[in-house]
Amino acid sequence: MKPWWIVVRKEVLESLRDRRTLLSALVMAPLFGPLMFSFSMQTMLKRGLDEQDKPLQVAVMGKEHAPNLVHWLESQGLEDVPAPKDVASIPAAVRDAKPRLVLVIGPDYGKRFRAAKAAGVKVYVDSSDQDSQRDFRRLDQLLQNYSSQTSALRLAARGVDPGIAQPVMLDEIDVSTPASRAQSLLAILSYFLLFSTLIGGMYVAIDATAGERERGSLEPLVSLPVSREALVAGKFVATMAFSGVSLVLTLASFAISLRFVPLESIGMSANLGPKVLTGVFLSLLPFVPLAAALLTLVASFARSFREAQSWMTGALLVPTLPIMVAAMTGMKPTALLMAVPSLSQHFLIARLLRDEAVPLTDGLLSAGGSLLLTGVLLVFVVRLWRREKLLG
Amino acid sequence: MIHVTGLAKRFGTVEAVRDVSFTAPDGRITGLLGPNGAGKSTTLRLLYGALTPDRGEARVDGLLAGPEHTEARRQLGVLPHGAGLYPHLTARENIRYFGELHGMSGATLEKRIDELVAMLELGEAANRKTQGFSQGQKVKVGIARALVHSPRNLILDEPTNGLDVMAIRSLREVLRGLRAAGHCILFSSHVMQEVAALCDDVVIIAGGRVIASGTPEQLREQAGTTTLEDAFVKLLGSETAEVQS
Repeated sequence: MKPWWIVVRKEVLESLRDRRTLLSALVMAPLFGPLMFSFSMQTMLKRGLDEQDKPLQVAVMGKEHAPNLVHWLESQGLEDVPAPKDVASIPAAVRDAKPRLVLVIGPDYGKRFRAAKAAGVKVYVDSSDQDSQRDFRRLDQLLQNYSSQTSALRLAARGVDPGIAQPVMLDEIDVSTPASRAQSLLAILSYFLLFSTLIGGMYVAIDATAGERERGSLEPLVSLPVSREALVAGKFVATMAFSGVSLVLTLASFAISLRFVPLESIGMSANLGPKVLTGVFLSLLPFVPLAAALLTLVASFARSFREAQSWMTGALLVPTLPIMVAAMTGMKPTALLMAVPSLSQHFLIARLLRDEAVPLTDGLLSAGGSLLLTGVLLVFVVRLWRREKLLG
Repeated sequence: MIHVTGLAKRFGTVEAVRDVSFTAPDGRITGLLGPNGAGKSTTLRLLYGALTPDRGEARVDGLLAGPEHTEARRQLGVLPHGAGLYPHLTARENIRYFGELHGMSGATLEKRIDELVAMLELGEAANRKTQGFSQGQKVKVGIARALVHSPRNLILDEPTNGLDVMAIRSLREVLRGLRAAGHCILFSSHVMQEVAALCDDVVIIAGGRVIASGTPEQLREQAGTTTLEDAFVKLLGSETAEVQS
């Protein structure tokens, strides 16, 4: 047996006996992520659907000045709720979301409306609250509809073609498919998968380096006639094994739990068939050695288990950075970006979920970029292991 | 046989070892004696290849020692400070892991482990995880692990630390047995009685230098005292005086 393989077997055996390692690699990441994801998605979807059917609750002040408008709004699903007692108390009430929206119609509304002048109304809204914002958009849409209907009638009454007031007419043609609509929601899925790949190997990496140093077992280990490269290789491969298993379990767990999310109800399909699953797995496969190399490097810096743990929280965020930057700047996949680890995997997964064809070159670029970085990180790990400071 | 000449090692501004030379022959127990921080552990770590010396050299059976020299480490069994076992592995598994890394396998390895378990009287504990072991049991497993590949030379760093009287007695028996079998045994200690009770040769280290060496009798003669303890204190005292002047 080669020394590195002996090290792998020992690290795996030891980790399998450590409840904490086992829990994080084989239970926490694969179960927690997908469950949380599916659950939050389910509640989000349900809420979205419920809100559509709910009446729009608005407190209307000055109803008597615009009975026609109020009547029309009520016919469109607006529910009039009790208004605050005076104008001064409106802001505080709206901030408390009691009610979320207040529509104030002034006493000169009627006069201006009849004179065909722009008649103003005020809407109080707390834009820092998501629910209020959504309600406001609905009310805004209603008011605009009323406005354009009225203007069309006025123009027609004056013998003018209403089209003259509408130089450009927008006609939206939605070409999204159910799968592509789901994609925006499933975009975070790639992050969950990258994350659990890292979590899976985390404790093995810490145990095999910082933990070994803390227990004082590293000293006898380096007194053996085994090269430091062989030791690093063994610890790296053991970490990789746990990361890989965690990834597979998480994928399987997603495939199962997403079936219970009512994506179809909003015209989306989860599209996690065997073919897509295989594609996602293959896309993420080159990330496994990269994750293991990153974890081993970070753990090799730390002197103790605790120190390693706090370093790790930072390491877990590293793969999110490229994805976040790309999302904020709206980057599209290019050859250069396809070589960026974690981002390229994110792009590949997004395309697979959209049911788009993925060019082989993109897959190879992504794998190549990840493996190259793995090599670079491993060179640094071996250098760290050759330093005398390693032993403290 | 272990041979050290003009060894020096500094960590930053601290000169841990300035000039250490000695020979530990086969079939004898050599004790590195000195106060805490004298450079005993650093000397041993230079020998088993955890560190690279700044000056001088260490040889094991004539082979140069150092992190890059794996051949010298084949001839060595090492029990470092605090044993350093894997708590989730059983005593046997701990020993087996090191045996395998020394290139042993199969029936030869298992037979050797049985021998060591019997020799060190580990008994049933051999099949238990080392997590809850007493310090004495841990040291025994550490020694078994160091001896698994039957090395000619054995290095022990403060092996009696934290051991009770019975454990120390049985450790002495083990070391005497190994000496009788012709092994070269080098161990460090800051406990005078330990060294007096066990060693054929004593190397006294202070401030990173060898200040005296020889058999306990020779050291007593050199210092003109009746006990080794008095000799140790006297020799150390002259060293401190020298440094101060």
